[in-house]
Amino acid sequence: MRAVDAVMECLKAEGVDVVFGYPGGANLPTYDAFVDAGIRHVLVRHEAGGGHAAEGYAKATGKVGVAFGTSGPGATNLVTPITDAMMDSVPCVFITGQVRTELLGTDGFQEADMMGITMPIVKHSFMLQHPLELPRMIHEAFHVARSGRPGPVVVDIPQDLSRAEIPYQPVTDVHLPGYQPTTEGNQKQIRQAAKALAAARRPVIYAGGGVISADASAQLTQLVREGGFPITCTLNGLGGYPAPDPHWLGMLGMHGTRAANYAMDEADLICAIGARFDDRITGKLSEFAPRAKFIHIDIDPAEISKNVPAHIPIVGDARNILERLVAEYRALEADRGRLEEWWQRIRGWQEKYPLRYEDSEDSEIKPQYAIQALYEATGGDAIVASDVGQHQMWAAQYFHFDRPRRWINSGGLGTMGFGLPAAMGAKVGRPDETVICISGDGSIQMNAQELATCAENGIDVKVFILNNGYLGMVRQWQELFWDGRYSQVDMGRFPDFVKLADAYGCTGVRLTDKTTLVQDVREAIATPGPVVVDVRVTREENTYPMIAPGAAARDMVG
Amino acid sequence: MLSLEQLEAAGGLRTGRKHVLSIVVENKPGVLTRIAGLFARRGFNIDTLTVGPTDDERTSRITLTVDGAMHPIDQVTKQLHKLVNVLKIRDLDPEDTVTRELALFKVAADGAQRGELMQICEIFRAKVVDVTRRSVTIEVTGTTDKIEAFEQMVRPFGLIEMMRTGEIAIARGRGET
Repeated sequence: MRAVDAVMECLKAEGVDVVFGYPGGANLPTYDAFVDAGIRHVLVRHEAGGGHAAEGYAKATGKVGVAFGTSGPGATNLVTPITDAMMDSVPCVFITGQVRTELLGTDGFQEADMMGITMPIVKHSFMLQHPLELPRMIHEAFHVARSGRPGPVVVDIPQDLSRAEIPYQPVTDVHLPGYQPTTEGNQKQIRQAAKALAAARRPVIYAGGGVISADASAQLTQLVREGGFPITCTLNGLGGYPAPDPHWLGMLGMHGTRAANYAMDEADLICAIGARFDDRITGKLSEFAPRAKFIHIDIDPAEISKNVPAHIPIVGDARNILERLVAEYRALEADRGRLEEWWQRIRGWQEKYPLRYEDSEDSEIKPQYAIQALYEATGGDAIVASDVGQHQMWAAQYFHFDRPRRWINSGGLGTMGFGLPAAMGAKVGRPDETVICISGDGSIQMNAQELATCAENGIDVKVFILNNGYLGMVRQWQELFWDGRYSQVDMGRFPDFVKLADAYGCTGVRLTDKTTLVQDVREAIATPGPVVVDVRVTREENTYPMIAPGAAARDMVG
Repeated sequence: MLSLEQLEAAGGLRTGRKHVLSIVVENKPGVLTRIAGLFARRGFNIDTLTVGPTDDERTSRITLTVDGAMHPIDQVTKQLHKLVNVLKIRDLDPEDTVTRELALFKVAADGAQRGELMQICEIFRAKVVDVTRRSVTIEVTGTTDKIEAFEQMVRPFGLIEMMRTGEIAIARGRGET
């Protein structure tokens, strides 16, 4: 069989049920193999759409997302999704076509050095040198993508090698002597951590996306409830702990709640789980949590003490570690009363500084209210994929996620244009769920072409554009930190999103009245097929509260 | 529990000494680029780098020196460990390591100066490997210090050019590097 037919067999063996991709010259053999392979292929309208769709699929299902592209521009269009998957640790395999081996390095037509270009942004990459190696390579790619700290893997396949005839035998093992992720946390360290938690008087649990990758939500919830600890999650960790809940402080970081940020500031012990102390969390590093000791649980040893020195590092799988940590903690029979004073202080902040905004006096829709309306209309029972900007922060603040894999966003890289294709991938992976994309009038236009993919394939996503006619987050920064000198942030009046939706074969709706918003949203969601809702919101609304860039959590504004 | 000070000492801070990293990698294309890229991304300068085969044809050994006074190397070694093609890394302690470097010096020396030059070579156990009427080419092996000392000695003769391999290193004693 041809090497490409073997690739299809490998994909099936890996349990791949869908590929997002785009054909071209160098991957013609691969696309020929799709004809008989019996694997669902979603033809996207731009490779970046395919890449983000693979990410959305992976984030919603926990399975490896797969995207295909051809050589040259097809491959370079995947660079943003690959980087995005690297930053947010999303398990994805990207398979790109490459020019024939005799053309390699000659500036051949549609040649790009994909290995070279992607080297700093992949968990690992493979370039095929002999067709016989291909089946093993594909399995190794999946193994690396999904195990340890998940991430993107690129497989680059020269066109001539992909059509070579090979004897195919199923591969049942992988051989990667240099790749052995640590999954078992050290028991002594876990015991130390339990003791530290039992002794702490002002502890905070700080959980990130790693909890979701490790499917450790249940164990995290157990730990929090067992100890009666305050818990906060990062942007990527939302849904890792069921919100709202009495232990829940809300998200932390730049646009997190005051209660969460103040608690970090005054904590004597912070237990970080699958979180990486990003600058959007810590603010000014030298003033971050000045009184705290740190337990740091992460599967990636390179994250330990990268930004903040860990006093009790535990390397391994979060689920495995949390299970044992709960048991160790329980055995200590710590007195819950020691946390009473701490909780009183936290309750004080929560009462004094709830998330708030000034509602309009007329029928104008405040963007925060739009998110609240979405939450109410869905009862919170939806997968929400977000784009990047103010709407993303409002969604994170006002839509409460009570389960993992329901909040899909581009956290680390902050990729505008992520939302729609990610929602599309999520819907393909979880067809029975309501899938919503929350976007802005800026972000949506960075991958709006995927509306055609949704319409053609009956991928039923509901897109809510919080339309303020601005690149809102940049405008906010110009207002607050650049003396209100607005530069290139006014997006004007075009396009007409209702007409655009119509042209793409989707239903378009415009909403302008807050008094009927919840009902209107319900109707839009009930409308069959992909729907685009142009929600006209207050033009100049700021996302608050906020830790100014480079400032300390203590000095939150708004 | 480690104190903050101990952790900082063990963690990302500068150690203030030269580090010799001995890295065993899979013998595959692109591996060197991946390793060099990790240093470049952090703005680290690699002082010397040598690559050669090992006793197993499937692997190569990279010996790399970086200045720990200039760069915190702990984070970069952790990142190196994450590379799938990297099999083993050792941050060798200079006290317990034998290091050697080979250098070739082309020195301007006519008949009158050769005698003195030959004396210097003898002291350094250097070997003359090529002679013309107006130049002598000399091979020296040794530690970096020795090679730098030799350079100081021959420079006044007129150093035409110099080639150095960069250090290779092996752990002292019975154990494997």
